[in-house]
Amino acid sequence: MNLLRTSLIAACVIAAPIAMAQNTGKLKVGLMLPYTGTYASLGTAIENGFRLYVTEQGGKIGGREIEYVKVDDESDPSKATDNVNKLVKRDHVDVLVGSVHSGVAMAMAKVAKDTNTLLIVPNAGADAVTGSMCAPNIFRSSFTNWQPAFAMGEVAAKKGAKRAVTITHKYAAGDESVHGFREGFEKGGGQVIKDLSVPFPSVEFQALLTEIAALKPDVVYTFFAGGAAVKFVKDYAAAGLKKSIPLYGAGFLTDGTLDAQGVDAADLLTTLHYADSLNTPRDNAFRLAYAKTYKLQPDVYAVQGYDAAQILSIGTNAVKGDLNKKAEFAAAVEKTKIDSPRGPFMLSRSHNPVQDIYLRQVVGKENKMLNVASKALADPARGCKM
Amino acid sequence: MDVATFLIQCLNALQYGLLLFLVASGLTLIFGIMGVINLAHGSFYMIGAYMAYALTPIVTSTFGGGFFATLLFGLVLAVLLGYFLEWAFFSFLYEREHLQQVLMTYGLILVFEECRSLLLGDTVHGVAPPDMLAGTIALGQMMTYPVYRLFISVVCLLLALGMYMVLTRTRIGMMIRAGSTNREMVQSLGIDIKFLYRIVFAAGVAIAVFAGMIAAPVSSVYPGMGNSVLIICFVVVVIGGIGSVRGALLAALLIGVVDTFGKVLLPQASGVLVYVLMALILLWKPDGLFKAG
Repeated sequence: MNLLRTSLIAACVIAAPIAMAQNTGKLKVGLMLPYTGTYASLGTAIENGFRLYVTEQGGKIGGREIEYVKVDDESDPSKATDNVNKLVKRDHVDVLVGSVHSGVAMAMAKVAKDTNTLLIVPNAGADAVTGSMCAPNIFRSSFTNWQPAFAMGEVAAKKGAKRAVTITHKYAAGDESVHGFREGFEKGGGQVIKDLSVPFPSVEFQALLTEIAALKPDVVYTFFAGGAAVKFVKDYAAAGLKKSIPLYGAGFLTDGTLDAQGVDAADLLTTLHYADSLNTPRDNAFRLAYAKTYKLQPDVYAVQGYDAAQILSIGTNAVKGDLNKKAEFAAAVEKTKIDSPRGPFMLSRSHNPVQDIYLRQVVGKENKMLNVASKALADPARGCKM
Repeated sequence: MDVATFLIQCLNALQYGLLLFLVASGLTLIFGIMGVINLAHGSFYMIGAYMAYALTPIVTSTFGGGFFATLLFGLVLAVLLGYFLEWAFFSFLYEREHLQQVLMTYGLILVFEECRSLLLGDTVHGVAPPDMLAGTIALGQMMTYPVYRLFISVVCLLLALGMYMVLTRTRIGMMIRAGSTNREMVQSLGIDIKFLYRIVFAAGVAIAVFAGMIAAPVSSVYPGMGNSVLIICFVVVVIGGIGSVRGALLAALLIGVVDTFGKVLLPQASGVLVYVLMALILLWKPDGLFKAG
């Protein structure tokens, strides 16, 4: 018994300085991103962007060195709660960064809310993360599914389209995107005559393309990403619809997929909070630094990772490295303009970017910026009580 | 739905059904006839698609000949891969429990995915169809139909016919079927069943790889593509009746019809309709449509 007591005391003595040193020791960043599976390249881009900003700050944020703890979330919502609990309870990370998949991000938001851990979402667009799930310790550096879609709805209506058909995968992100489009389009006087969907992750579109041809709408709006985006764009062109019915999409349709889509993507119009040819000094500097460091061209995901690190930096600097001061962290982030490569933006009351949504057109292998489709567009943050 | 649209949808259903058969045919051989649960089937399919993407430029520059030469080259590689895998792993599994087969083939999925990621990265790729099949046919006033999809359908029919003939009308086919029923007996009749199964397994892998290569231009090439076809492949084999090529073809066509018209007429339920179909058929015929043997 004595032995046990002694060792316990010894353990406390050893542990005490570590606990006290938390505000000055290394800042533990838990990166929970997809490193395998369909979204692996997105996870890598986000981490690259994040690390680039940290490196630019000399490897330190708020005076504390950064230590990364990485978890592959496999874009699997069923493993998400376990994964995030490991980061919070086993690794005692100071801040969580993740993820790409909306279902995983929702699980992270839940745990972050319950354990009052800082969370920065660098991609997942689920409206609820900064809607009904919103919390003072949850931030997002990307977008809501609603944002680009709403802007595209307005664009389509302004172009004089009256009847639209939407098509997407049957899952939350697709549904939210389609709702956003409908809201923007119907506000401008158009009408969505039919919502088509395929079960996720099926990519057999032929039956629905035939239905689109039979419905003859003025415009088709779509939300697909990755492999499905490639296949849909190619099938749409092969079915001969591209020349008669314009295809509009949320920007993910043509982001990181243009090589694979080839000529079938030419001239497509999409909306997003980033584009390949913004040509601002800020963006040019970012793109050059990224290309030099990683021998890769950055994409929107890299920007979101970069800005996630900026948000962390702004907050951590304001509290001088003491991340227990959550309220002051949030207050600092809320009132600071974030100098993003996409263009400066502020976070809304619900901690989602209030940002310009660009209308882009595919020219060659680039998503060329045409104009700002919607200036400083804020998500309505439905259900957020904060 | 007017008549023209209905006919086009029928064509879609037929075409999708044949594509499904193509994708599932390798599994018919390995799972259906040899009785090995092969979760890595989707990985073989993925390997095929990635071969079509990565080998086409290499083959074209060294041998010339484009897509079809690549197809041939890929088939040779696939047979070698299948032969090696059978020798190194699967030959130990015939007498073991199904669970061990599941574990090992699941392990193979992870290994293949990681290799793919290391060798070729995680981005999405497209493969252009060969020039002479790149055209389209007009269909109604608005739609066109890619010639390549029709080409796939023809390839599927030929493959189905070929497999059916070999398995039911040749001596080799007889030995294979006999081997799946009773290995020891076949062996005692003086047939080298080990070697025979190695060949059949290699053929199964080759067909899966072939399917991936043929389907690459229409499906595009992306990480995890194998896993998305795996389940539907098992559904095809199970509905069709384990070990029956005829059954697999019929099942694939049935699924094509249900899926196509399900998406149009019952969009809310389209995700589950195929599985409802499977449940109903298994209730009616617990061994699938055509039980071999």
